[in-house]
Amino acid sequence: MAEAAVQEDQAFSPRILVFSTNNISDPGIDLAGSSHMHYSPNVMVISVPCTSGIKPSWILYAMEQGFDGVFIAADGEECAYLPDCGERTAGIMTDAQAMLVEKGYEPQRVRMAAICSVCAEPFTKYMHEYARSLADLGPSRKATA
Amino acid sequence: MTGRKIGVYVCQCGGNIGDYVDVDKVVEDIKGDDDVIVARSAMFTCSDATQQEIVQDAQEQGLDALVVASCSPKLHTMTFRDVAKRAGMNPFQYTQVNVREQCSWTHTDDKTGATEKATRLVRAGINRTRLTEPLEPIVVETTPKSLVVGGGIAGLRAALGLAELGLTVFLVEKDAKLGGRVAGYGAMFPNDRKGSDLVATLEEKVRANPAITVFTNAELMAKGGSFGNNQVTIAIHGDQLETIQLDVGSIVVATGFDDYEPAAGEFGYGLDGVVTLPEFKKMVDEAPGLLQYQGRPVKTVAYIYCVGSRQDESLEGAHTYCSRYCCTSAVHTAIEAQKLAGDIRQYHLYRDMRTYGKYELLWNASREKGSLYLRVPDDEPPAVEKLSSGGLKVTTKDLLTGGEEIAIPADLVVLVTGMVPRENADLVSVLKLPVGIDGFYNEIHPKLRPVETIVDGVLICGACQAPKTSSEAVASGLAATTQSGAMLKRGFAELDPMVAIVDNDACTWCGKCLEACPYDALEQVEVDGKQVAQVIRTACKGCGGCVPVCPTDAIDLQGYTDAQIRAMIDGLMEVSCS
Repeated sequence: MAEAAVQEDQAFSPRILVFSTNNISDPGIDLAGSSHMHYSPNVMVISVPCTSGIKPSWILYAMEQGFDGVFIAADGEECAYLPDCGERTAGIMTDAQAMLVEKGYEPQRVRMAAICSVCAEPFTKYMHEYARSLADLGPSRKATA
Repeated sequence: MTGRKIGVYVCQCGGNIGDYVDVDKVVEDIKGDDDVIVARSAMFTCSDATQQEIVQDAQEQGLDALVVASCSPKLHTMTFRDVAKRAGMNPFQYTQVNVREQCSWTHTDDKTGATEKATRLVRAGINRTRLTEPLEPIVVETTPKSLVVGGGIAGLRAALGLAELGLTVFLVEKDAKLGGRVAGYGAMFPNDRKGSDLVATLEEKVRANPAITVFTNAELMAKGGSFGNNQVTIAIHGDQLETIQLDVGSIVVATGFDDYEPAAGEFGYGLDGVVTLPEFKKMVDEAPGLLQYQGRPVKTVAYIYCVGSRQDESLEGAHTYCSRYCCTSAVHTAIEAQKLAGDIRQYHLYRDMRTYGKYELLWNASREKGSLYLRVPDDEPPAVEKLSSGGLKVTTKDLLTGGEEIAIPADLVVLVTGMVPRENADLVSVLKLPVGIDGFYNEIHPKLRPVETIVDGVLICGACQAPKTSSEAVASGLAATTQSGAMLKRGFAELDPMVAIVDNDACTWCGKCLEACPYDALEQVEVDGKQVAQVIRTACKGCGGCVPVCPTDAIDLQGYTDAQIRAMIDGLMEVSCS
């Protein structure tokens, strides 16, 4: 991993955990791939049925394990399960931010946006933007160091 | 080590994965992981040969869980669940890892990065799989009967289709008569058949079919039971209110739309001579000979399009969508009006002409018959005023002639109104229908599951789902028929067992999960003298919305448990072996 460390020194590429949803945002992220749009391989996705089922503690856990940011690719208004999914997910994000702050992480290390099943381009753009803003924040580990 | 025996297969997908990810290196990296008994790469994992190889490995090595890293789970989850089953494993102890759409294809520029990421993803999949439990699909027997709510053209056609499949059908219509809006229409596009004739034909067949029972002046009041076996209560309004109970296996909602009602003063609405498209169509349909308005012949008509559709989103309660049918209907009505009075002058003030598909021919025909089309700017809508002479004047700009201001004197101004969702809060609450931001009911997926809702067994069709033409409404009605048949003809249905589970030791029954569940899938029960939450497995949709609200972390979603998600995060961050 020495090589990777050198690379990180040259240009810090933040590790981003994305929570997507099986029916809506994951197909959007798939479409980015089938359209050969590029974002950093440090972006990794875990797909769940609905973003309203994400535990805030998972977001903190991701940070503690070395992720630099968590991005929630929410269904927004398209959620077929819960009409108030957007609000619920926003509440989960707020709770997660409070947990992060308590542990010394910046609240900007979690963010959410609605990603639809054809939102390939918006998703790719979000990944680039979020990677840039996380790069400005620096690695998450420094917060605990 | 947990003693699990996991087989891991990483797919090259020809070159789709193999060209951008060093698949052999991924296999090499994860091969020594705990519980991994078999790790191989394959050129095409979905091929018969590789499927057979997996089955053989499973039998020889006694595998009890499977990981395939290949394309998106949307494509082959079912394929490999079947392979797992054939190999004697539990299909729900299979994990598909997406290393194509979410790895090789999106990192075609970085083979080292893509390879490392693929290893991380596969490891997360292995970690998840290690914690899977054998699950069985929830099997429920189904009642071979269907309830259709709404007796318009979509509901009538669906009822007939369901009966033709051999199902017993109950058709509930709120109105005293069947036929809905189409019953009130004369000649309709594209083939000029009268709406009233179309529904009369359908109604005759429905009434004659012994498998169909029709209730008019009736409403769905309550729904109980669970998927495949619902008890519904129908209220029939008459001299005395009568309620009846029925058992049904599926419910087809075909409650239609409302016409947009312009506000007073909106494009002159309320002025004498300003009418909506449905009002105008009725005038044309019922014209005794020449087209007349209040005894005066109509010589000039100005149409204003997109009234109540494509509204500015900054407006309160704006209808921002296109209503889809109105351009074609207005164009068709103009052709019909022209048939009545050959020398009629017709001006169409449109924003974008959306006579899509073959309806484009109608637009051409109307132009050939003298209709003039003026394209108005989105931000400068036409103004309608009453002249002292008694006529109307429409002032507009025409983008097609360089934005010149044009004043059109008109006998009649037709506001081409769109479709709006029908207010039906009671039905929404009885059926837990998912309502979209535009107020229409939402399907699960617009392409793959276009008439199913998230409420199993409740299907939507026609214009209650979105603005539709009548042929589109009927097509979706028949789609709902097919879906009902697929659910009910087999006699039983299998539900995904990935539902919520409660840890009785941790649960203190606070009721928060019940509050969080719009599907009433949780109930309070007593277990060993303790009040706890219990999941009604046939009602649970598996969204996990109750999981984060539990203050004692007593709820997990099967397949996405707390332990599994954490193990996946561990897997993603575990440093590569080499």
